[in-house]
Amino acid sequence: MEKELTLQKNTTKQLWRDVKNWLQAIPFLAPSIIIFAIFVFIPLIRSIVLSLYGTNPIGQMTNFVGFKYYVRFFTSDTFLNSLSVTLKFVLLTVPAVIIAGLILSTLANINIRGNSIFRLLFSLTISISGATAALLFMFLYHPILGQFNYLLSLIGIPPIPWLIDVKWALIAVAIPRIWLGTGFATVLLLAGMQGISEEYYEAAKIDGAGFWQSWRHITFPLITPSLFFLLVVTTLGAFQTFTEVNVLTGGGPVNSTDVIVQEIFRSFYFNGQYGLASAEALILFVIILALTVIQFTVLEKRVNYE
Amino acid sequence: MIQSTRSFKIIGNLFLYLLLIIGAIVMIFPLYTGIVTSFLGPDTISSYPPKLFPVEFRWQNYIDAMNQAPLLRFILNSFIQSGGVMILQLITASLAAFAFAYKPFKGKNLIFILFLSTMMIPWESTIIPNYLFIQKIGWDDTYMGLIAPFIATAFGTFLLRQFFMSIPKDLYDAAKIDGCSDVRFLVNILIPLARPALGTLAVYSFLQTYNQYLWPLLITNNTNMRTVQIGITMLQVFEREQWQVVLAGVVTVMLPTLILFFVANRQLIRGLTAGAIKG
Repeated sequence: MEKELTLQKNTTKQLWRDVKNWLQAIPFLAPSIIIFAIFVFIPLIRSIVLSLYGTNPIGQMTNFVGFKYYVRFFTSDTFLNSLSVTLKFVLLTVPAVIIAGLILSTLANINIRGNSIFRLLFSLTISISGATAALLFMFLYHPILGQFNYLLSLIGIPPIPWLIDVKWALIAVAIPRIWLGTGFATVLLLAGMQGISEEYYEAAKIDGAGFWQSWRHITFPLITPSLFFLLVVTTLGAFQTFTEVNVLTGGGPVNSTDVIVQEIFRSFYFNGQYGLASAEALILFVIILALTVIQFTVLEKRVNYE
Repeated sequence: MIQSTRSFKIIGNLFLYLLLIIGAIVMIFPLYTGIVTSFLGPDTISSYPPKLFPVEFRWQNYIDAMNQAPLLRFILNSFIQSGGVMILQLITASLAAFAFAYKPFKGKNLIFILFLSTMMIPWESTIIPNYLFIQKIGWDDTYMGLIAPFIATAFGTFLLRQFFMSIPKDLYDAAKIDGCSDVRFLVNILIPLARPALGTLAVYSFLQTYNQYLWPLLITNNTNMRTVQIGITMLQVFEREQWQVVLAGVVTVMLPTLILFFVANRQLIRGLTAGAIKG
């Protein structure tokens, strides 16, 4: 009886302490939680609801349509096209960014006088926005005034119709993204390389390893975590591309650069199809989520093996 | 023998410098040509071949760019938006990070996961309801509308929490015994100690916001409320035939971030390498 009473007293005490702890912690967390609720969680739920409804031009839901928009996404040419354009964009940009980043970070990591200046120049693009980069390239692509076709003509290559040809437009949109991404990749990989202990390289040198051998057997394996992180971040970013496309081509010519986010933007901003655009946005969300889950499972594996 | 190794080394170094210079040229070229062209006169720019070197310094283009678009107003708008987001993110992130690092409470893991999940939800998938919501409450074309969605940050919270956890817990216990309140401990002790981490977050969030495109494009219609990234693309649409003026505008709006890049390079790089999950 007495034991039971103490137990009860303890649980009440415990409960009281929990409540007190809560009351002390919540005021610190509340500002963030409220903002996340208003601008992330509630909108996500509203997106899901919206994707099942028809809407009027100001975005109010009118009639329930079920999974009509999702079905439409996977059967309509326009949407399948935006999916395939996005995938092509990912394939055009991600490998190029990683390879360029590997080359520049390797060069920047070599101990040689004046290299801090090169490090700075290689990473300059991390401060540049997608919109301004797109405008710089828009001029470079200009058929008469721009430097690109002029430089190509110097080595005997005929002018390229960068932004107006269906075959070239996606490449033209990808190049500024590669340029911006390479600066970021260099920063990230260089940080990874600089975290490698000098002892490894000294040991390799004693064993007679050359530059290429120590790069392959020391540098590369030890920067795989950074490389993997870079792969995921760059891929996610490429799936969410919008700015460069919107500034340079607006999705054209003939939808050849119509990436998913551009398609979402057009659906709701110009055509007022809020339900359809929400369905498209949620499909993008699922793609991103799948990629993120893959990242975390692989990352966890790496942590476990260490 | 020694002689030949040394000349090997010299040739090797020359080769290396050659590669470094090629890399630098490739990375600088678009910005370089943009700056060179922004100083050309209308006749010089239209004469073939396109210029690769600065042959003219026409500051008038910059004055023209200022006159043809309210560039300074765009820059002011962007500074208000980015500065507002930066300051408010520092506040919300410090508060949340403090709770995560120092306060024991039930459901901490759950709330932690809640924060983490906001980093996995792409901004585009919530943008339509957010856009409708901001319009409904009449915050389109306002600074509030530009700032409000971004004032909480999971990335910043984790960054600061990491830093707070590296500070010995004894400090907190000692302050508590001396009767120091949580808020006073955070403001007077923790925040001064966490200046490097706060600097990193400040630079990172300012730059991210300054370079935003989609959100300000959606919610600003009034020219006077446009931010730089939107304003500058509008300038291009209207001044198609005057590329030297457009590029002068581009260089002008890039200037603040380029300065930030050189002045706060270390903070910027720390922020990016700490996890640019939201890219």
